[in-house]
Amino acid sequence: MKLLNCPMNGLRPLGEFIYGGEYREMPNPNNSSDLEWASYVHYRDNAPGVKKEWWFHSPSGTWFIAERNTLSDEVLNTYLFGKAPFPKNENLSDGKLGDEKNTELSA
Amino acid sequence: MAYQLLKFALGGEYKEPRFFRDCQTPKKSYDAIIIGGGGHGLAAAYYLAKDHGITNVAVLERGYIGGGNTGRNTAIVRSNYLTPDGVNFYDASVKLFQGLSTELDINLFYTNRGHFTLAHSESAMRTMRWRAEVNKHVGVKSEVVGTDEISKACPQLDISCSGKSPILGALYHEPGSIARHDAVAWGYARAADSMGVEIFQNTEVQSIDVKNDQVQGVQTNRGYIATGKVLSAVAGFTPRITKMVNLKTPIVIQPLQACVTEPMKPWLDTILVSGSLHVYVSQSSRGELVMGSALDPYEVHHTKSTFDFVEGLTSHIADMFPFLSNVKVVRQWAGMADVTPDFAPLMGITPIKGFYLDAGWGTWGFKATPISGKTMAHTLAHDKAHDLIHSFRLSRFDEYELTGEKGAASVGH
Repeated sequence: MKLLNCPMNGLRPLGEFIYGGEYREMPNPNNSSDLEWASYVHYRDNAPGVKKEWWFHSPSGTWFIAERNTLSDEVLNTYLFGKAPFPKNENLSDGKLGDEKNTELSA
Repeated sequence: MAYQLLKFALGGEYKEPRFFRDCQTPKKSYDAIIIGGGGHGLAAAYYLAKDHGITNVAVLERGYIGGGNTGRNTAIVRSNYLTPDGVNFYDASVKLFQGLSTELDINLFYTNRGHFTLAHSESAMRTMRWRAEVNKHVGVKSEVVGTDEISKACPQLDISCSGKSPILGALYHEPGSIARHDAVAWGYARAADSMGVEIFQNTEVQSIDVKNDQVQGVQTNRGYIATGKVLSAVAGFTPRITKMVNLKTPIVIQPLQACVTEPMKPWLDTILVSGSLHVYVSQSSRGELVMGSALDPYEVHHTKSTFDFVEGLTSHIADMFPFLSNVKVVRQWAGMADVTPDFAPLMGITPIKGFYLDAGWGTWGFKATPISGKTMAHTLAHDKAHDLIHSFRLSRFDEYELTGEKGAASVGH
């Protein structure tokens, strides 16, 4: 089973999570042009790489940020929006989704 | 017979002709370069040569032809879409498919099966009625049918779906068909090659040379090739190509998985799709059930398959056909689907002169192979999008003029 680390609840099965898409800075809706707004709404940096993404832990209603490599599907870090990322545990640096030995990784 | 075979085996000279030349060294320049040797790219090359007389064309394929999503889909061809623009486009594709075995002189095993999209709820029935009316309006055969007609076409189907989600009716689409997807790529490759198109396998585009917003050429692992026109027809690799020219698109890459069972005697004549149960199933000419499901739930740029997929899919198949519970799944695989927000493709010209997109094929690309090739060839030849693909242009996102096909293009919404 694939596991993901919820910053509030620790490692949980991936099935409890909903993907919320790439994190993007919202332009100021009051002074952005229609084109800038359309670009914010629709366009993505969709090439593979390490991305900041929104994820939602459904049972607890927690939205949070995950830093994930979209090529290898490795999660590097998860943290609540606005909170500084917690330090990485060097012993568990591979942090792969689906790697059950990571059960000790906690927030 | 045995003697003939032995003689042939020991003869050392096999007369079986190649489908296309084994091109190794590209010329210094071409009139057009097509990135991606899948069905779409090869079809575009074929129609460039056949319809527009442009034969100085190279198709560059990173792997081998038809090895991407052309060989990974569930081979269904249909045109029962939701928007008139979508229906017209896919209908033109179905019509091309119907004559394609003859045109390409290769047996595509194109078989007309009839296609049922099952509805398990009133809201699904409403979408089916909507699709039927749009389809009929533009002359495509689709009808809403009741459970009696579904049972008649497929008596093995448990209409109650094991009591969990009873079927209320279906959208029946008579032209729904299946075809041998590899042969589509091979057929187009051979026909394009015979008219002079050069196909390079194991040839990866590393960068695209753009000056003053005009394409100048491409850098490959076989050297630099100059050209004024580049068509990107690479499905799940589209973001990597568009990044080379700094073009932003709304595409998100999500794996789409499929699987086949062990072969059985023929019993399933029709194609069945259930949006609520997230499955589509047909029986191939080899007797395997070919089954697919919804997209994987998040962005990943790889083609690994998961146990979640096969577990979820088979439980739903067993709801529909309880007697299949002992049948084995023998293969599963994934492709990278380039999904758009409105579930319509992304085709035509771009802000970069000479850079053309044939992308955004998500879960609906195979059925569009002939018509995408034909319309993209037209677009390259005239440097202006073909009328049929106007609604699929990239700029529709800037104009908030989306082409909403979600109700007809996907399962699992």
